[in-house]
Amino acid sequence: MKKLNRRDFIKLGGGSIVAGTAGVSIPNIAIGATKKVVVIGGGAGGAVAAKYIRKADSSIDVTLIETNKDYHTCFMSNEVIGGNRKIETIRHSYEGIKKHGINVVHSKATNVDIDDKMVTTESGDSFAYDRLVVSPGISFKWGSVEGYDEAASEIMPHAWKAGSQTSLLRKQIESMKDGGLVIIAPPANPFRCPPGPYERVCQIAHYLKHNKPKSKILVLDAKDKFSKQGLFTQGWKARYDGMIDWVPAADTGGGITSVDPSNMTVNTDFDEYKADVVNLIPPQSAGTIAIAAGLTDDSGWCPVDLGTFESKIHAGVHVIGDASIATGMPKSGYAANSQAKVCAAAIVASLNDHEMADPSYVNTCYSLVAPDYGISVAAVYRLAEDRSKIAKVAGGLTPGDASADALQREVQYAYSWYDNIVADMFG
Amino acid sequence: MQITIRLTALLLLGLLQINYVMADQDAATNMLADTCVACHGKDGNSVGPAIPSLAGMSPNYLMGAMLAYKYDDDEDKLDSVIESDTDFEDIEAFPRYSTIMGRLAKGYTEEEIKLIAHYFSSETPVRPTQAFDSTNAAQGKKLHDKYCEKCHEDEGRLADDDTGVLAGQWKPFFLYSMSDFKQGHRAMPKKMKKKLDEMAETDGPEAIEKLADYYSSITE
Repeated sequence: MKKLNRRDFIKLGGGSIVAGTAGVSIPNIAIGATKKVVVIGGGAGGAVAAKYIRKADSSIDVTLIETNKDYHTCFMSNEVIGGNRKIETIRHSYEGIKKHGINVVHSKATNVDIDDKMVTTESGDSFAYDRLVVSPGISFKWGSVEGYDEAASEIMPHAWKAGSQTSLLRKQIESMKDGGLVIIAPPANPFRCPPGPYERVCQIAHYLKHNKPKSKILVLDAKDKFSKQGLFTQGWKARYDGMIDWVPAADTGGGITSVDPSNMTVNTDFDEYKADVVNLIPPQSAGTIAIAAGLTDDSGWCPVDLGTFESKIHAGVHVIGDASIATGMPKSGYAANSQAKVCAAAIVASLNDHEMADPSYVNTCYSLVAPDYGISVAAVYRLAEDRSKIAKVAGGLTPGDASADALQREVQYAYSWYDNIVADMFG
Repeated sequence: MQITIRLTALLLLGLLQINYVMADQDAATNMLADTCVACHGKDGNSVGPAIPSLAGMSPNYLMGAMLAYKYDDDEDKLDSVIESDTDFEDIEAFPRYSTIMGRLAKGYTEEEIKLIAHYFSSETPVRPTQAFDSTNAAQGKKLHDKYCEKCHEDEGRLADDDTGVLAGQWKPFFLYSMSDFKQGHRAMPKKMKKKLDEMAETDGPEAIEKLADYYSSITE
């Protein structure tokens, strides 16, 4: 019964041609010359790829497979944790995506049959493709910090995929006593959103400063340096002096090695720390479907051709966003957006048998130090001639001597950036 | 007119379900413009109030801005572009203050900047609904008629003579721009400076806010 309901839903949603009787699934078979693209993952990469393929060539049949009916953006989720924003404001539906004639399927992609060019979902349906885009984001390497598994993350949230984890960390910070200790543990490189942990430090510090001023934040980093470090350090000193203690990996022998959620302790090689709130951001790899489909290499990420994002392991499959090894670009939302557009152009060109335009890429990434204090990094990239990297051709950081007015404007630009990138994804 | 014909043609193609394959030039332009729209909005119509809409600005205005960002305060370089490019006419471009555009514009060649400028120029502005003070807006209209309409024609809708499109432009962006003009962070033509000085003297500093409310009130 549940199955039939869901099929009805799909029919209403996008005119998909799934048919069958209860218990038997008949795959989506290509009719005539209609080209089919399946996109797995409806986030910063996948939603944009699906949309831009349709935008460039509306004759292509596009199916987007995404587990969640609502998507919570990771970008701006640190503001939810700091209390400056409600979780509803980072929640988005797929109704806008459907208006582009994209068949949106809310299920989990569980298998990719590379030889038969077929994706299977948890609900038992199969989707044939001529080209597949895999944009699954990240998965966590549970257990690589001893004692930190999925159950532990309900006590020591990672909040590195937005949604319930974001709300949980917010709740913990809110109910913490004044004078409490918050430990934030960023992972070693590479990981999703390199400046994200340090923006989070700012957002939590801002809340504590105004609500629980005796509290402290201890950052036990698995690295010795981090993204926008000079600017963050400057911001911490200007706004949260004495509240934040950042400890590089060199001082702890490599950061946190084990945790014990039952008594809220974390351990490094040298010391044990007890905290009131622990935000452990675990080491990561490509999303699980990318691993299951054999798209990852030994690093746990997906090697791709940097001009088309076609997998170097499986032809006909493209990997974009955090899951890909986009040498030269950071794992950011805007990078995923930009890669999605390059990938869409490559797929449309390939399916129409013409050459694609020279790829062009941009990353623009804002971090909010305080409600009137924003910083950014932005860059334009081109494909290196030997395709070995996505080479930065221009760009840079907010200057260290930026005026108060400039820092304030960057906050407003960050908010408008958010409005526009979300409209680009879901509008 | 050209825009209307293009849209109609696309619509017909869509209805007839003919596969629309982009010409090479269009593909190259789209590739570049696609990198802008995640911040500046679909077709250059921003839905975030601090980031300007680019749709419908004149190509010369957009090129002037981008080249000013690209070459910082190197006026010689801009002059050489003006001399070598018959499409591009001199406008008051330097200086032009920015937070991130100065970092990004350097990543595009002059030829690419031209493609991007023409792309956004050919799009139709979508004027958003914004909150505004109606008393201010009414007074702003009078100020506009007195000081601005001569160049920013049709209530600031027209991009003729490479003036910025003001009607329906986002209010925070407009206020940033006016602050930049006032502080000398952004160049303006002599006649504009004259009018602004005159307005400041006669109508006080609140005149800018009134103009902002007026332009915000225009949604069509």
